[in-house]
Amino acid sequence: MNNKNTKNLIQEMGVLIALVLLVAVISIISPEFRTIGNFLSLLRQSSINGFIAFGMTCVILTGGIDLGVGSILGLATALCASFIQGGMPVGAAMLLALVFGTAFGTVSGILVTKGRLQPFIATLVSMTVYRGVTMIFMDGKPISNLGDSFMLKFVGKGNIFGIPVPVYLFIIVFAIMMFVLEKTTFGRRVYATGSNARAAKLAGVNIDNTKIAVYAISGCLAAVSGLILLSRLGSAQPTLGEGYEMDAIAATALGGTSMNGGRGRIWKTFVGVLIIAVLNNGMNILGVSSYYQDVVKGIVILIAVMTDKDR
Amino acid sequence: MQIEMRGIDKSFGGNAVLKSAGFLLDDGEIHALMGENGAGKSTLMKILTGVYTRDAGTVIVDGQEVCYKNPQEAEKAGIVFIHQELNVLFDLTVEENMFLGKEIKNVLGVCDKKAMRAEVKKVLDRLGVDIDPGERMNRLSVGQQQMIEIAKALMVDAKVLIMDEPTAALTEKETAVLFEVVNSLREKGVSIVYISHRMEEIFALCDRITVLRDGTYVDTKKIPETDMNDVVKMMIGREIGERYPARNAKIGDVAFEVKNLTCPGVFEKVNFQVHSGEVLGVSGLMGAGRTEIMRAIFGDMPNVTGEIYMNGQLIQNRNPIDAIRNGIGFITEDRKVEGLMLEESIMKNISIANLGKISKNGVLNKKAEDDLVKKGIEELHIRCFGPDHACNNLSGGNQQKVVFAKWVYTDPKLLILDEPTRGVDIGAKKEIYSIINDLAEKGVAVIMVSSELPEVLGMSDRIMVVREGLVRGILSKDEADQEKIMTLATGGEL
Repeated sequence: MNNKNTKNLIQEMGVLIALVLLVAVISIISPEFRTIGNFLSLLRQSSINGFIAFGMTCVILTGGIDLGVGSILGLATALCASFIQGGMPVGAAMLLALVFGTAFGTVSGILVTKGRLQPFIATLVSMTVYRGVTMIFMDGKPISNLGDSFMLKFVGKGNIFGIPVPVYLFIIVFAIMMFVLEKTTFGRRVYATGSNARAAKLAGVNIDNTKIAVYAISGCLAAVSGLILLSRLGSAQPTLGEGYEMDAIAATALGGTSMNGGRGRIWKTFVGVLIIAVLNNGMNILGVSSYYQDVVKGIVILIAVMTDKDR
Repeated sequence: MQIEMRGIDKSFGGNAVLKSAGFLLDDGEIHALMGENGAGKSTLMKILTGVYTRDAGTVIVDGQEVCYKNPQEAEKAGIVFIHQELNVLFDLTVEENMFLGKEIKNVLGVCDKKAMRAEVKKVLDRLGVDIDPGERMNRLSVGQQQMIEIAKALMVDAKVLIMDEPTAALTEKETAVLFEVVNSLREKGVSIVYISHRMEEIFALCDRITVLRDGTYVDTKKIPETDMNDVVKMMIGREIGERYPARNAKIGDVAFEVKNLTCPGVFEKVNFQVHSGEVLGVSGLMGAGRTEIMRAIFGDMPNVTGEIYMNGQLIQNRNPIDAIRNGIGFITEDRKVEGLMLEESIMKNISIANLGKISKNGVLNKKAEDDLVKKGIEELHIRCFGPDHACNNLSGGNQQKVVFAKWVYTDPKLLILDEPTRGVDIGAKKEIYSIINDLAEKGVAVIMVSSELPEVLGMSDRIMVVREGLVRGILSKDEADQEKIMTLATGGEL
């Protein structure tokens, strides 16, 4: 029995063990990798994918998928940049961008529920349309010259006690999402929706509202990522966020979340995000060609998913 | 074909499922295999047909020891297993299903539709059923799908047919057709192993009965030389006492009433009342509209008109959320599809219908949840390792108790039960009847839809009979008997 428990624990902790091993191995090989400064910048880089992956995990837990996040990120960022250029206070512009991101996500959710579209198709539509709208809105050109606001720089480039602001945000959002999914009735509804929507509906769960909410969360978090990128780059690019949905799905899958919904843990997605970041950062430091990096990343995902016990 | 299985052992991961199990099947007999859920009936049959390999024991077919490596080998030898979950591809046609993997091809390797159609027609005629071979499988009733499975077996010239709970989803009429077919197969010399929980059917159909208990062979008896009590005793190893425990509920005022409930094309002008503390049985053939009426009451049916009253007050149930708010609970007929999140824990399943009770401002109160679930496991005698036990590892009876626990603690004023003991073994059935009695004694109004007449008669205070979407009559406990119910259910007059 004891043996079995240990085995279960190892399987349960599999992703975490993989992360620790990965960090250990690269640390041994590379002295540049194992510095505090590098770890902090690694965390900061991973936060961009992290926010999106947290939203993606919520959506996937309900049995859906959100391909629209990259485009929502792009459009929300473009809007924010143009508001700032138009003279709006930076704080207000950012808040408004979050509202727009949430609204864009909500539209995806409504297409999935009220429009009865399959999530893949509905969010493929969102992805295509929002990207197109971004291009039209920006006329294909970046929006730069956003002024010298402290707020704008602080979000992406600021430090508190030597730790980058995005890292704080990453941890805070993680804690909130963990609380929401594990400790609230909404979290239970999310899992129930993905586990057996019919049974959940008959038990009084409002399936449609639950689904709309997760797409809204996903949209909002995509906008958060966008704002950090905007702050770091100092400008909005029309192609910003392209392909980001795939990294978020990869992190969620690495964490063992079932693509059929109902099973998965947000902390494992967190670990999945870190694994991807460590791979990127580590291989860059080790000077691995970016072509090989993709192959390695793909194989790591394959191994992780194949060894997952809940698969 | 004669089959002898002796001293069969089988374990899964250190868990002994069969210990010295076996039975003896004769030529041209219908042999019932009975036992509680988990007694090992299906496992034994899976060993016979090569799905599993045995750890020990012998299998002798027509005097020769055999060990089939897979179901195809068994099928070649003439032994076909028709599983409880039918093995059909719903998007294909009848003939495509029947010829799956063994299509008749012409010289060019193209399917010869004509030849296949002729073959299918021949087999279906032999069964005496009228099904269009070109029909898509998902447009057939469950009973018809079952017939196709039997037809598939006949096509490979089966000498032994193993049927696992074949009538679980059939209407009375379809059951009668099935029995005719099974009887005629016996006359042609086919032996049949018949696995079922339904005592009445076994006594009506079978020649001999073998009972298994906890994976061990108990006894084999000729049907005329035994009776139901005897069989139950063999199955559970003790006397079960009264099959339907006595209820001591005070029947109060009218708690629930529907007036002129109508859903065009499904049911019409349904009127009835249920008193608090009363169990209203609902009987009728499958497809009569019983389940649909219940779904309509629960707000889970579109285009419903009519009035619903709870304690004299008109209520509107536009969706299940409204219905639950109005004090109605609904235990559906298919717990695996509609009742449970199978992969989830007992705790999460019970909690999901009680989220309001165990939370404050949307935040779960872990202590309240633990208490509620522990109470549920204790009070309803759910046999499990604890609140985190996943539901797909529970027996049918315990799964059903989890579904009951879900609803009992929502404090319903009306609880609707649709086939509450389907696929539940006899010991757990009695426990479920006790749960129903407890609820009635607490003043809950209960509606119980059931296809098992003895259950309806044993548990109900009054019995409503539905036929083709119309309420044909409501009988009191004293006047009701099987014959009267069947007369009403099949369109006769009393």
